[in-house]
Amino acid sequence: MAGVRLEKIEKTYPNGFKAVHGIDLDIRDGEFMVLVGPSGCAKSTTLRMVAGLEEISGGKVLIGDRLVNDVEPKDRDIAMVFQNYALYPHMTVYKNMSWVLKLKKKPADEIDRRVRQAADILGLTDMLDRKPKQLSGGQMQRVAVGRAIVRSPKVFLFDEPLSNLDAKLRVQMRVEISRLHTKLKNTMIYVTHDQVEAMTMGDRICVMELGRIKQVDTPTNLYRYPANTFVAGFIGSPSMNIVSARLNFDGDTCYVDSQNLHLRIPDDIGKKVRQYDGKAIYFGIRPEHIHARETNPEAADNFFNMEVSVVENMGNEVYLYFTPGNSQYIARIDPDIPVRSGDSHEMWLDTNYIHLFDGETKENLIYKPKTQ
Amino acid sequence: MKKRKQRVNSFMVNGLLLFLCLVWTVPTFGLLMTSFRDRDVVSKTGWWTVFTRPDQAELTLDNYEQVLSGKTITLVDSKGNQQTVKGDNLTRAFLNSLTVSIPAVVIPILIASFAAYGFAWMDFPGRKVFFILVVALLVVPLQISLIPLLRDYGRLELTGTFLAIWLAHTGFGLPLSVYLMYNYISQLPRSIIESAIIDGCSHFGVFWKLILPLSVPAIASLAIFQFLWVWNDLLVALVFIGSKPGVEVLTQRLLYLIGSRGQDWHLLCAGAFISMALPLMVFISLQRYFVRGLLAGSVKG
Amino acid sequence: MTQERTEDRLLQKALVGVGRLFFTLFVPVTAFFIFFKIFIFLRDGNAPQLVMTLIAIVWGVGGVAALYFLGYWLISKLSGKWNKSLLPYLFVGPALVILAWYLFIPTLRSLYLSFFNDTSMEFVGLANFLYCFTDEDMLISYRNNLIWLIVGTSFASGFGLLIAILADRSKFEKISKILIFLPMAISFVGAGVIWRFVYEYKPAGEDQIGLLNAIYTAFGGTPQAWLMIQPWNTVFLVFIMVWMWTGYAMVIYSAAIKGVPVSLIEAGRVDGAGEIRIIAAITIPYIKGTIIAVSTTILIITLKIFDIVYTMTGGLFDTDVVASMQYKQMFAQHDFGMGSAIAVLLFIAIIPVMYLNLRQFGQQEGFK
Ligand SMILES: Nc1ncnc2c1ncn2[C@@H]1O[C@H](COP(=O)(O)OP(=O)(O)OP(=O)(O)O)[C@@H](O)[C@H]1O
Ligand SMILES: [Mg+2]
Repeated sequence: MAGVRLEKIEKTYPNGFKAVHGIDLDIRDGEFMVLVGPSGCAKSTTLRMVAGLEEISGGKVLIGDRLVNDVEPKDRDIAMVFQNYALYPHMTVYKNMSWVLKLKKKPADEIDRRVRQAADILGLTDMLDRKPKQLSGGQMQRVAVGRAIVRSPKVFLFDEPLSNLDAKLRVQMRVEISRLHTKLKNTMIYVTHDQVEAMTMGDRICVMELGRIKQVDTPTNLYRYPANTFVAGFIGSPSMNIVSARLNFDGDTCYVDSQNLHLRIPDDIGKKVRQYDGKAIYFGIRPEHIHARETNPEAADNFFNMEVSVVENMGNEVYLYFTPGNSQYIARIDPDIPVRSGDSHEMWLDTNYIHLFDGETKENLIYKPKTQ
Repeated sequence: MKKRKQRVNSFMVNGLLLFLCLVWTVPTFGLLMTSFRDRDVVSKTGWWTVFTRPDQAELTLDNYEQVLSGKTITLVDSKGNQQTVKGDNLTRAFLNSLTVSIPAVVIPILIASFAAYGFAWMDFPGRKVFFILVVALLVVPLQISLIPLLRDYGRLELTGTFLAIWLAHTGFGLPLSVYLMYNYISQLPRSIIESAIIDGCSHFGVFWKLILPLSVPAIASLAIFQFLWVWNDLLVALVFIGSKPGVEVLTQRLLYLIGSRGQDWHLLCAGAFISMALPLMVFISLQRYFVRGLLAGSVKG
Repeated sequence: MTQERTEDRLLQKALVGVGRLFFTLFVPVTAFFIFFKIFIFLRDGNAPQLVMTLIAIVWGVGGVAALYFLGYWLISKLSGKWNKSLLPYLFVGPALVILAWYLFIPTLRSLYLSFFNDTSMEFVGLANFLYCFTDEDMLISYRNNLIWLIVGTSFASGFGLLIAILADRSKFEKISKILIFLPMAISFVGAGVIWRFVYEYKPAGEDQIGLLNAIYTAFGGTPQAWLMIQPWNTVFLVFIMVWMWTGYAMVIYSAAIKGVPVSLIEAGRVDGAGEIRIIAAITIPYIKGTIIAVSTTILIITLKIFDIVYTMTGGLFDTDVVASMQYKQMFAQHDFGMGSAIAVLLFIAIIPVMYLNLRQFGQQEGFK
């Protein structure tokens, strides 16, 4: 087994489009690394460069300690699972899984053993004689994973393997792949645009935007300490409220002023942003940190009274939408608190959980996330 | 009220359709009937008398025997008169047509499939220009090539050989074959091919083990297309086989029959039916693929 | 001692290298030799027909496949870089070479030859083209080709549309479509025999054995030699082509008609439109693109039409078309200059269609 290291890799497509702008990423041996980001941010491109399916325009890719820039895909000791399964339609499940071993000229008994073992792990033993057409989506996905397992590669690459499945199956397969990782302990690189998959599966997550890495960290850290407004907005659902504002100091007390709010910031946070006095910034607060006033009657400040424009009841929680002026806030509250749309309701913001971002670079001003 | 209108409507629709179907089938049917009639009556009464006066219908296989045979044969008619006739040896022409058709179908499809795969899944300088060339050549009339090729063939001493006509049909069939195969092969999911490449297949292996088996539907429709075209072709055969007796194909022999026996309808009809039998069989049994191919090709406009 | 050993090893390496080179050359050379021998055998051999047929088929098909394998084998002997850049040309190369030899270069060569005399020895400038536009037979062939284009395309396309619409509304859709489609499988020569028989003429008083004259006389007409009545004889020939190609148009129209959204038609019904109105106002506009595509295809076929004329009349009674004139120039007059000039005219006539194809291809997103 081996880790994967990307050093300043770049990709320029033949049509001149630069998809990847110098990515550095160190994936440890045995790690489950998720690449996540909106559509078109070059997750697939990056993964495909690791696989060798896409020429590397600049930088280095190392698998283990081996530079693989010029190594053929088949010699990189990787396996890849594709979004549309990529099963060979004219071969049975057994042949689909055994073909790669046959191409590697493994002895027949070993092929059979490995195929049956993989089928056993994935619960495919009864379906070995079927053609892909006779399988359900989930089963096809399992075969695709099985095809990767039989070759026992150093690195597994997944490109949105679950996005063709329906919601329920997706959850189920998500758990299965995680379990597989625990069992096999291989390095896995997993591409998705679904943040739930990213958060639940990844040991670490690499958030990308427009061919650049925005942050690499554990799921918890990404959520708690987003490095910039992009990550802050991308991770979490509903996403973080991010509003342009201005920082003002009154003595040692720090205030954030926006169109509709005047917020007092706790002193320990205020200390860190002293030099931004009077500057334009963004502040962010997650919906769960905007509470109904009832939950904290003693609060002396940081509350506001606004008209609720929409109420979305999810059963276990309720989302409130406020649309003062042209900004929008979302709050997540307890379903027991009675609120109706059109009502005005008093809300309280817990500024202990506030995030402040630079008005220009949009970098987090409070936390300096670890760079790897 | 409404019902009645619909009935009249459907009566008219079906009536008109039936009429058109009759117009389209009766000529062929007449040919078929004539080919089984005694040679003495064919030129005296219309073939429909078989139905109007069934008592005088004298059906026989003699006509087929005569056109198929390569030797002089003796036929005995229903009144017991013997007659010695020379056969027209369509058997040989039939075999020649087969010899021409099978490679002239397989070779272009193989070459076109290779090219289509290259255009669809490989990157190389000139890819776009070359494919534009293929599209441009789709409609070029083959007449433009006849004279230059005839000179080349003369120099290479190819005229009158099977190789000559295989290559000619390959050349003239290639643009459409490449185009249709490209349309199909480029639609195959990219990930299947990449998957095979990661599995350790070379492009060559991908082609033989993946692309060809997966392209069977496209190959089938293209094969029917090309087969009908080659089997039914006259011009290419006339130009590149000429009148070399050992190589002459069915259409040429049939043309010769028309010229030499223009009024021997019993023979002409039998001969024509022999030339039609195989394509009709292929056509009827594999229609589905053929239609699919036509539809795929018509997208181009 | 060590020195000797390295020398030994070098020698060995050199020998292996030479051996490999020899082998690499030996295989293709032998292969070509074998192909050639079989070719000569096929050309001059005297085995029974069936055996020759089989050998020819195996040789032709197997030979082409073997050539690809041989090419691949050679390329895979090369180093990675060369291998990678040459491999695509193994795939597309043979097709391109054949296309170049059979279509692309001949177009240029024909253009060149069209400026020369019958033996291609003497430059004659535009004389051939001048002849093409003044010779009476040529002018008649243009007229005929025009009749072919107009009557053939409109009737094949029109009947195809009519039948597609009728069949779509009938219980007998399947069988009627097969019957109409069937003539597509028949050669022009075979169709020629069928229709010569339909047009067959016997002098008045005798029993008519041609279907058309039988019907015509049954209605009181005097028998006609249809293929000799100018210029209508061309129309009688055109109908053979219509008979053959209506099925093609019908099949494609039929698929297109089935693609018209039901909701559109129902909306029309709700608005109170009758069947004919619906067809005229909804169906036909909806499949307009298909109608143009099908008509273009048939247009190209009629433009190049040769077999029917050659089989039916041999161009007698003023039925010649451009392609049959070209054939005559080639083989009856042995005038390669004229033959080329006429072919060039055909080519020029087809350029607009080629242009449209290319433009449409350029707009297509698929090819990147
Ligand atoms: N062959 C290509 N030529 C030119 N540009 C390309 C090519 N393939 C991808 N791109 C561009 O590169 C960018 C990254 O594409 P990529 O497929 O890696 O995105 P992605 O993050 O995987 O998106 P998705 O979530 O939609 O799969 C996109 O803007 C895309 O348009
Ligand atoms: Mg992607």
